[in-house]
Amino acid sequence: MSVVALPETAAPALSETRRRRPPIIPVAIILVFVLVAVLAPWLSPSDPYEQSLRLRHRPPVWEERGSWAHPLGTDRLGRDLLSRIVYGARVSLAAGVVTVLLASAVGAAVGLVAGYYGGRVDATLMRVTDATLSFPIILLALILAVTVGPSFANVVLAIAVILWARYARVIRGQVLTIMQLDFIAQARIAGAGAWRVITRHLLPNTLNTLVVLVTLQIGYVIIVEASLSFLGAGIPPPTPAWGGMIAEGRDVVTSAWWVSLFPGLAILLVVLAFNLLGDWLRDTFDPRLRQL
Amino acid sequence: MRELRTHLVTRWGTVRAVDGVSFALGEAETLGLVGESGSGKSMTCLSIVRLVPRPAARIVGGEVRVDGEDLLTKSEREMQRVRGRKVAMILQDPMSSLNPVFSVGMQICEPLGLYHGLRGGAAVSRAAELLRSVRIPSPETRLRAFPHQLSGGMRQRVVGAMAIAGPPRLLIADEPTTSLDLTIQAQYLALLKDLQSQHRFAMIFVTHNLGIVAHTCDRVAVMYAGRIVETGPVRRLFRTPAHPYTRALLGSIPRFGARRDTLTAIAGQPPDLATLPPGCAFAPRCPDVMPRCRAEAPPERAIDGEHTTRCWLHVPA
Repeated sequence: MSVVALPETAAPALSETRRRRPPIIPVAIILVFVLVAVLAPWLSPSDPYEQSLRLRHRPPVWEERGSWAHPLGTDRLGRDLLSRIVYGARVSLAAGVVTVLLASAVGAAVGLVAGYYGGRVDATLMRVTDATLSFPIILLALILAVTVGPSFANVVLAIAVILWARYARVIRGQVLTIMQLDFIAQARIAGAGAWRVITRHLLPNTLNTLVVLVTLQIGYVIIVEASLSFLGAGIPPPTPAWGGMIAEGRDVVTSAWWVSLFPGLAILLVVLAFNLLGDWLRDTFDPRLRQL
Repeated sequence: MRELRTHLVTRWGTVRAVDGVSFALGEAETLGLVGESGSGKSMTCLSIVRLVPRPAARIVGGEVRVDGEDLLTKSEREMQRVRGRKVAMILQDPMSSLNPVFSVGMQICEPLGLYHGLRGGAAVSRAAELLRSVRIPSPETRLRAFPHQLSGGMRQRVVGAMAIAGPPRLLIADEPTTSLDLTIQAQYLALLKDLQSQHRFAMIFVTHNLGIVAHTCDRVAVMYAGRIVETGPVRRLFRTPAHPYTRALLGSIPRFGARRDTLTAIAGQPPDLATLPPGCAFAPRCPDVMPRCRAEAPPERAIDGEHTTRCWLHVPA
């Protein structure tokens, strides 16, 4: 009798997927920031708007003139940096989440309709999408800021008005492949109308992609919001926004580096966490989306 | 169903994918629709439920009557009520014919709610009943299963269960067993016949497997280049094939015990439907071709009774 030893070819791939660890660190960072944002009034050591000209540009606690009253120092107007960063988390996260939800809802709807109906509907919607994608977000936000005035709503609107197009494109592409599958034909033969096919068959099958995209784009939106605030076209002062705070510290970056550095670190951490989480979700649920 | 007359002229761009196809089907009767790939079998079926791929394909004429009502003149909204309730369809690929994100139970309950207004517990118990009628063991547990947890044969049974949820008056089975393995094929065919005798629906059975036709169908229609070239009762057509194409088809099946050199292939390629010759579409490949075949398309002629064909050989000169 002879024994045949089969090479274990499939084994490494399998164990790789099994070994995938849940993204503990990114999730933890995001959770901490969400908690901080929600509990800002209780967590911040002092009022983020309280000015004190005597306490201008105090360094962080470990520096020579620092004190525990202002652990991360103070800014040009003597406001507590830590408190402002804590409150800034509200602005950044809210901007990120609200914008992305708005954009994904509109984009997914457009993508589903375009992909389902095809033909002229598809062509029209996709040309609109292309046109939208070719318009720079920052420019639109600047125009809005100049004409209507900068505000939270305008920032969200300016970004969402452009961002939906990305969702529309990706979702439409997915819908086109799903439409080829027999269960869509089967559903239509069973008497399902457009609404039913879209909501019951197409949308659920694109949810993976949507979740991945949403997560990846929250980080992106936070960056864009920060850039807009930095340029003065975003959240208007005195509301603490991380981008605006960096801008305020720009002129004194050599002497009072903490004013810009800490909000910058906050942006870095949050965006990194969302991107890592998004990457993980993508690799886990939808590896086909690698190019995004 | 007293009468189903289908006469369709579909134009696919300038391609006549289905070019004047007619047939009638009685209650509990099965018609086998055979032909090569691209001969218009699937397009005929999709035309019946008016789901030809838009905007490329369009039904340009003819009529489809089910229970005396012409489906082609109905509005889209009325059509939605016909689909599934009166005409159901089973497609070829069980791997993709179920929605991967919902459990089997939810998917069977959907048409039940749509057709009969069944909700909640009533829908679930009816769904289990349907699964039992397609011989799925322990249906209550299977209702909670997701499509990827079922085998191909099992999924095709689920699709069958959904198709008879109506129950329909006409069931179109578009190569339902092509992707199943042989033992399961036989089981599935037996199941379909049982369901048919139970619900007495008419059935259109699309296939290129002539063995299946011989064993499940009452009548056969042989399609070539968008037309029915020969139709008749199964036995008569198989015993005395009239059209050279049917003969060639029958000659290309390997037969157990037959001499090896009798297995013949049909020479040439299936025709390009966009550039059909003026005469008979089969003329370029026909072993019995006559000058007349290249000039004029042959009319439909009865050979005896219900057995008809389109071939100049059977038209007295």
